[in-house]
Amino acid sequence: MTSMTSTDGQGVAVQLTGLRRTYGALNALDHFTLHIAPGELVALLGPSGCGKTTALRCLAGLEDPDSGRIEVGGRDITSVPTSRRDMGMVFQAYSLFPHMTARQNVEFGLQLRKRSTQERRTRAADMLDLVGLSDQADKYAHQMSGGQQQRVALARALAIEPQVLLLDEPLSALDAKVRTQLRDEIRRIQLTVGTTTLFVTHDQEEALAVADRVGVMRAGHLEQLAAPEELYARPTSEFVADFVGLTNRLPGTAVDGHADVLGGRVPLLDGSATSGEVMVLVRPEGIDIAADPAGDATVLSGSFLGAHGRVTAETAGGHHVVVQVPSSAVAAYPPGTRVRLTARGDRALAVRAE
Amino acid sequence: MSGNRAAARRKQDVFRWVTIGVCLLFFALPLYGMLEFTTRGPGGTRSAQTWATLLDFGKVSAEYPALKEGFLASVGLAVLTVLIMLVLLVPTMTWVRLRLPGLSRTVEFLCLLPLTVPAIVLVVGLTPVYAWVTYLLGESTLWLSLAYVILVLPYAYRSLDAGLRAIDVKTLAEASRSLGAGWGTVMMRVILPNLRTAVLSASFLSVALVLGEFTIANLFSRKNLQVAMYELGKSDAQISIAVGLAALVFGFLVLFAMSFVGGPRSATAAAPRLRRTRKESP
Ligand SMILES: Nc1ncnc2c1ncn2[C@@H]1O[C@H](COP(=O)(O)OP(=O)(O)O)[C@@H](O)[C@H]1O
Ligand SMILES: [Mg+2]
Repeated sequence: MTSMTSTDGQGVAVQLTGLRRTYGALNALDHFTLHIAPGELVALLGPSGCGKTTALRCLAGLEDPDSGRIEVGGRDITSVPTSRRDMGMVFQAYSLFPHMTARQNVEFGLQLRKRSTQERRTRAADMLDLVGLSDQADKYAHQMSGGQQQRVALARALAIEPQVLLLDEPLSALDAKVRTQLRDEIRRIQLTVGTTTLFVTHDQEEALAVADRVGVMRAGHLEQLAAPEELYARPTSEFVADFVGLTNRLPGTAVDGHADVLGGRVPLLDGSATSGEVMVLVRPEGIDIAADPAGDATVLSGSFLGAHGRVTAETAGGHHVVVQVPSSAVAAYPPGTRVRLTARGDRALAVRAE
Repeated sequence: MSGNRAAARRKQDVFRWVTIGVCLLFFALPLYGMLEFTTRGPGGTRSAQTWATLLDFGKVSAEYPALKEGFLASVGLAVLTVLIMLVLLVPTMTWVRLRLPGLSRTVEFLCLLPLTVPAIVLVVGLTPVYAWVTYLLGESTLWLSLAYVILVLPYAYRSLDAGLRAIDVKTLAEASRSLGAGWGTVMMRVILPNLRTAVLSASFLSVALVLGEFTIANLFSRKNLQVAMYELGKSDAQISIAVGLAALVFGFLVLFAMSFVGGPRSATAAAPRLRRTRKESP
């Protein structure tokens, strides 16, 4: 462990500036700009096809941007080939060399760097220890589970003490339980080694859980880059509000930085439409629900989701509203119950009603 | 129900064995005929004389110089053909997979094309080419290997394609490049080791094909094993047939060996890896 902590933890800044990449008429990256602070973990989040992988591959040197600049640690590496970029990569799956054991996989990058056998052995052992696979060192990929293979891939990527760690949907081929487990472990390891990291995913929960900051991508550019809490609480666009977390779209009237919605008044976030008829994007936990025979909404369904539950109700206007409640409270609102819904007053984003 | 099914299965079994029997007979009879003919001694006796001669390389070279020449030519041709085929196909096919996936259909078409070209057409087409080859590189039977590469292309392509399909070439190459490997290293240390089985079976198929080739060599008036055998058949039928039988058996052995390296067990490339585990871990 000592060699690991003493050699790692450098952390360099990454600066992607105005990256463009087109495939025929398609703009996979459209003036994509992103700054990652030293040692930071930034997650790129977005729907499939929005250019996340392309951005990561440009940083790795596996894809050449048509224009734009890539700097790592202040050095322009836009035209440096992949093999000399010092990037540790973890792919979605099947990236372990099938003819090598876990240990040989981890040692591969060190061998290319002409490290002594002794050093390679020690480093590989440290890395496998870090990912919790010391006892699997002599196994081949086909003898390991998907989660174990991804751990080895991570160990292999980190063994070379990369300047930047790149992960492209490393968990999406795994089943749910392993996914959350490994997700948390990736974060723990990243904090331990302190390597600047870009983590690409289409799973918002994953992004919010591991990242220092999350960049939401849309059609080849960065829509918003912010810490998870901020992204959730203060989305700057409808797209982000919709994509991150569950959102109710409710009609309201905006006046003076406030909107009247669901019989309540909520302050509006920057970037909101400021007057007239608007759609207010309200989170399920931003609405209070109370059984009230005189209420103007009717419960349609309720569901338990572990720690909390959700009740879906229909307003007099015909809008479906999802409300978060403690899971013990779900039973109190059987379908058909008349309820009163009130917006609680958390800041919300309002967009022009079409 | 079960009785019916059992009866049906018995019927199937009988059918299967009859089919196998007929096929075996079909293949075995000529072989037996060859063996019988080559062991005929004077006055209706059995004699191993022909085979003894054949196994004595010194005697063969002295008594049948044409046979020796043909044999050496064929071996040389087999080696050269395999080498050229591998050097040509492995990097090309890998590169197409990595960088030019749009070309894969074209490459496949080109590689399978020779299947549809009869040998005589190939020879007619190649004659002017060989005029130049002879002019530039000199007169040697070994240059036939250039034509043979075309001949083995479809089979070699199929084997290698299956091998490349079994691994994720793109991801493996990208993983190794990100770890610092140049293209040469990617090829030699990552792609090739995982194509071992495919490379072996492509080579075996090529060897079997080259050793059995007669038409093209004959039409170009080049002496390979088959041509030498054919000519020898006119003067000394027994030794010629014996060589033919030996070549056939060798061909069978090659294909048999191939079914071991390329069999379904190792098609997943798991078997060779398992074997290595056992060797390496004490
Ligand atoms: N090699 C390629 N050729 C053509 N189009 C591509 C290629 N790679 C990516 N694209 C296109 O670029 C867009 C962005 O792709 P990608 O970065 O892989 O998206 P994501 O990873 O966010 O799902 C997609 O529309 C995809 O179809
Ligand atoms: Mg992707």
